[in-house]
Amino acid sequence: MTEETPKKKKAQIPRQKMPEQDPQVRAKNFEEVPFGYPPELALLEASRCLQCKKPSCIEGCPVSIDIPGFISLILKEDFLGAARKIKEMNSLPAVCGRVCPQEDQCEKMCVLGKKGEPVAIGRLERFAADFERMQGEFTMPPMDRSTGKKVAVVGSGPAGLTLAGDLIKKGHQVTIFEALHKAGGVLVYGIPEFRLPKAIVQAEVEYLQKLGVEIRTNMVIGKIYTVDELLANGYDAVFLGTGAGLPTFMNIPGENLNGVYSANEYLTRSNLMKAYLFPKYDTPIARGKKVAVLGGGNVAMDAARTALRLGADDVYIVYRRSKKELPARIEEVHHAEEEGIKFHFLTLPVEILGNEDGWVCGMRCQRMELGEPDESGRRRPIPIPGSEFDLEVDMVIVAIGTGANPLIPSTTPDLKTNKWGYIVADSETGATSKKGVYAGGDIVTGSATVILAMGAGRKAAQAIHKYLMG
Amino acid sequence: MFPIVETKLLAAAVKQFKIYAPEIAKKRRPGQFVVLRIHEEGERIPLTIADADPEAGTITIIFQEVGKSTEHLGKLKAGEAIADLIGPLGVPTHIEKFGTVVCIGGGIGIAPVYPIAKAMREAGNTVISIIGARTKNLLILEEEMAKVSHALKISTDDGSYGYHGFVSDVLQNMLDEGMHMDLVVAIGPVPMMRVVCNVTRNYKIKTIVSLNPIMVDATGMCGACRVTVGGRTRFVCVDGPEFDGHEVNFAELVKRQRAYLEQEKLALEIYRHHGGTCSGR
Repeated sequence: MTEETPKKKKAQIPRQKMPEQDPQVRAKNFEEVPFGYPPELALLEASRCLQCKKPSCIEGCPVSIDIPGFISLILKEDFLGAARKIKEMNSLPAVCGRVCPQEDQCEKMCVLGKKGEPVAIGRLERFAADFERMQGEFTMPPMDRSTGKKVAVVGSGPAGLTLAGDLIKKGHQVTIFEALHKAGGVLVYGIPEFRLPKAIVQAEVEYLQKLGVEIRTNMVIGKIYTVDELLANGYDAVFLGTGAGLPTFMNIPGENLNGVYSANEYLTRSNLMKAYLFPKYDTPIARGKKVAVLGGGNVAMDAARTALRLGADDVYIVYRRSKKELPARIEEVHHAEEEGIKFHFLTLPVEILGNEDGWVCGMRCQRMELGEPDESGRRRPIPIPGSEFDLEVDMVIVAIGTGANPLIPSTTPDLKTNKWGYIVADSETGATSKKGVYAGGDIVTGSATVILAMGAGRKAAQAIHKYLMG
Repeated sequence: MFPIVETKLLAAAVKQFKIYAPEIAKKRRPGQFVVLRIHEEGERIPLTIADADPEAGTITIIFQEVGKSTEHLGKLKAGEAIADLIGPLGVPTHIEKFGTVVCIGGGIGIAPVYPIAKAMREAGNTVISIIGARTKNLLILEEEMAKVSHALKISTDDGSYGYHGFVSDVLQNMLDEGMHMDLVVAIGPVPMMRVVCNVTRNYKIKTIVSLNPIMVDATGMCGACRVTVGGRTRFVCVDGPEFDGHEVNFAELVKRQRAYLEQEKLALEIYRHHGGTCSGR
């Protein structure tokens, strides 16, 4: 496999699938869906890469990983070297290999994709990262001499973790303040085990700790310390990577009935609190038999698939537009369909119906049709008069998006926010309206992706380094 | 880890712990709460900070053993530690000189009322307190409440101590006698708070209640603690825990508090079956 495969032949090798759990089986367990490539499949897939002289895949990557570089190391069977190559630019490859929307980024730019299927860059990234983790080998990266400067990082999600890793290597002292009892942010509370095993996040967090990053859990900044207090208490700079954690509800009647969850609550109970292991773990979770999930994004898919694993007979995704407009990744929709999730497209919930005990017993919906495109470019859904119907459900999960938590802006008077409450920050540096305070990730952009938050963390790390040393 | 410094039995199944948490002790203000998690498999439970000693670095929590987590917590001894303690959370009580403030605590609700009564007194208010319990030996913090109140009235449901009746009856009697009140603070079981609010509503006396719905993260992230106040959905963890009692939809709150009754019962049964040790260990 190591000898050069001629270009023509390469084109004939099909994109390699990852072996995965059977849909019928996995719909009843919380183990990860794909098993990942075994080495022989990774080599076969890696051999499809054309090693372009001007690789456009790198341009599609928000953190500019040397993609042909790491793929050629895989081809040379230097899997550890491949992992290190990725880690030069991306500190969380095992995470990104799993949850990045590669189809919209690196793989979208792959030359092979023009005529056929692009190289499975994400799967190869995952392969290399998993290989390194399985080896359990820890190599200390080159570390700069201590600068004596201290940086406080608020939030331990993808943006904060990336930034912390970058700044500690530059010789700064870094403390991460996390509000919850476990570090990882959305990687821990939001994304389910079957999509991102928590042991992987744990390993990434421990890696940062080995580099010397201090992680203080149970610290709600804005309550225990304000940003001003952090600056007064010896931190030379503060990075705000608090995410977009505020749940949005539909504001329809019946939303406060028992059995109605925000996706945040439902997923936090299951993922962070491990309610799926109740009563071994203390946190309970309602186990609906007929569950409606409102919304069409990745979080909706995660919630729906979690409900299925918690024993639901029927799980419906209720979405007001059509299948074409679903914001979730195609792969996630596909996985959900395979597992038996049903879709009610062009359907708008108008009321949640309850019984005497205050529990959900149904949901009134209205049919929609698509009209002219709206400002988002998607065709606007319009209610069809007289089309109301009741859906029999005993649980409703609202997954229609999240907003900015006002805790930090409300306790930091000179921090500028926009009309949605997100922090105003320079897109290149993360600099906010307040000196020494930077921000990045969802708290700036609104709900986006793990990799974009990481990209923002990387840029802010560079800017903070410059600020501290300038 | 947060070490338990001192434990004390206040009444049957009601315990007071001092926990070493110097940063929280320094920062907390009356009306605020902590969330704690006993161990890795534990749930996150909110408890009001009853008192704090910034110099000793301790906070005081008072809890009633009503389920698995509180029963397990009650078994811990001084020198042992709990895994996680998060706080101070919630909006502190609005303290200023109102004039005459009536502080009402029912059952375990006396614990959160105590720091508020103390702060109201320090702010120059005339503090009249009414505390009550089902029966005499369940009454807590009598001495402490007496110390911070200009007058203290006591009631028990069974008449074993003080007035025979409810705290709301005592309040009604005071109003019947024509007593002037600028503010009422009432904390206790939901039925008690509801009745107190019904009494004060007729007299248009502003009444603050502190709510204790089910919470998970308690930082505004999940919305488990949502209540309807004045027709609007609010999150108790970040918008509260205190609200204008005349605006709170108590009926909804009661239903929401009972959401996991079956699971709570099951967890407690398993816990007791294992001889009061942690299940799965």
